[in-house]
Amino acid sequence: MKITNVEALKRIAVEVRKDIIEAVYSAKSGHPGGSLSIADILTVLYFNQMNIDEQKPNDPNRDRLVLSKGHACIALYSVLAEKGYFAKEGLQSFRHLGSPLQGHPDMNKVPGVDMTTGSLGQGLSVSVGMAIASKMNKAGCKIYCILGDGEIEEGQVWEAAMSASKNNLDNLCVILDNNNLQIDGEIDKVGGMNNITEKFLSFGFNVININGHNIDEIIDAITTAKQTKGKPTVIIAKTIKGKGVSFMENIASWHGKAPNEEEYNLAMEELNRAMLEI
Amino acid sequence: MMREDIKIATRQSYGEELAKLGEENENIVVLDADLTTATKTELFAEKFPDRFINVGIAEQNLMGISAGLSTFGKIPFASTFAVFAAGRAYEQIRNSIAYPNLNVKICATHGGVSVGEDGATHQMLEDLGLMRGLPNMTVMCTSDDIQTKWAVREISKIKGPVYLRLCRMKTPVIYDTDNFEIGKAVQIGEGTDASIIATGVCVSEAIKTMEILKEKGINVRVIDMHTIKPIDRKMIIKCAKETKRIITVEDHSIIGGLGSSVCEVLSEEYPTKVERMGIMDTFGQSGKGEELLAYYRIDSNAIVEKIAKKLKKVAIHS
Repeated sequence: MKITNVEALKRIAVEVRKDIIEAVYSAKSGHPGGSLSIADILTVLYFNQMNIDEQKPNDPNRDRLVLSKGHACIALYSVLAEKGYFAKEGLQSFRHLGSPLQGHPDMNKVPGVDMTTGSLGQGLSVSVGMAIASKMNKAGCKIYCILGDGEIEEGQVWEAAMSASKNNLDNLCVILDNNNLQIDGEIDKVGGMNNITEKFLSFGFNVININGHNIDEIIDAITTAKQTKGKPTVIIAKTIKGKGVSFMENIASWHGKAPNEEEYNLAMEELNRAMLEI
Repeated sequence: MMREDIKIATRQSYGEELAKLGEENENIVVLDADLTTATKTELFAEKFPDRFINVGIAEQNLMGISAGLSTFGKIPFASTFAVFAAGRAYEQIRNSIAYPNLNVKICATHGGVSVGEDGATHQMLEDLGLMRGLPNMTVMCTSDDIQTKWAVREISKIKGPVYLRLCRMKTPVIYDTDNFEIGKAVQIGEGTDASIIATGVCVSEAIKTMEILKEKGINVRVIDMHTIKPIDRKMIIKCAKETKRIITVEDHSIIGGLGSSVCEVLSEEYPTKVERMGIMDTFGQSGKGEELLAYYRIDSNAIVEKIAKKLKKVAIHS
């Protein structure tokens, strides 16, 4: 069921953020920063944009999402749980021995996960393969690929970008989570990545710049991507790492650590307040 | 039965069979990384341009696109040279193909020093070791035209990732029928003085060895180990019991490939002395394929010498 009410989508996004904090706290490990930064994007994709049915997770004609920045999988698991792919209680098993919710997503263990990812830089190539296959099959599927901005330091991303453009993959929509932080600091200082818009333009992409936390802008951008013919789209979503939990926001060290009990309580209080304010 | 007068490179057999298979199965998609004339995928590309993808010189992307295609029910055959497939794109194969157990057929040409003149950078000697260490992966290395054509067809029917190593050098046609099975080695000859377990281009060298030794009154058998994983444990144990002496021969490093696989089986099941003939922990160099097989002592002359010496030693001691 497609949700069009923006307030309703915002509430789901807050619920997803709470799920993320709960699960990372329960696991005592995980990646809250880059998961919180894509919560709004994933919410819009799964509740408003993608042609999917949680009852038929293997439908060959469904749209696909490749979370190339697989370390943010708790955001995807949370959205899938909210959508009803599996019971929400399952999130508590995240990263525990024997759990289907692995530290990086496994397509063979979790209904709704379309590709196994985790090693950065590989998801866009896989998405290109999916987009080509969908065209060959005349299946009409849209392929979404979420990349991290640190991740695009991997050379394979640009090999894939070249292929996406050469094959005119207008059924491919890349969403770049541009939170400007990677483990060791700011992306332009660590890896030297800059001029991202120009880079994708020169690779033949339709480039859309948005605020990645503004639900209306996300909806509009994806809608435009769907209507664009003859070339792939990249939505460069300006985001805040740790978005929604103020003490995590824009702090690189929240890339890959869990909150302690006090921090957990603080985070949940803040998210509960945010829910009331919508 | 071996036809020394008809020599065909297994890469050629691959290209020809793939083009045929394309007619029968429309899910087959072929990918290459700017080496279509060398890997012989050009034969498929000419016939089925809509099911052929040239990714350019980008082997990591080659593996990723193949993975994506397979999730839509396509059967991608991804080709490049073995050093760029198993080497450069190893981690893409590991994480995007083997771990999710995707139905991608990696058909890598130019394995071994038999590549020849291009030299060490292009002579892949570690691929069998790298690929057989991956869970879910079936690893094959075929020895002649007939067997390669069978293998190409057969791997399109099984689900899951496959690494098929092919060679550049032309080698004799060994078989006249294709009565093979994945994971079942082929026994050639009944000799009990020694077993020569070989794979790929070294199988015809082993057969030549068998014929030369026969004239000297030494009776050996040859085992064509076309499947490196799952390895035919039963055949290895049977040979150890029946012949006592085991020699492995491969155009691959002695570390990690056929010789290592045979030793693993025998040390667990039936401890037997094994002589590993292969590339002795060194890189290759330029030269003609045949010259290099001789230089690195994996041709029939070297195997004959090794076995003759061994048997002589036994004769003196007994």
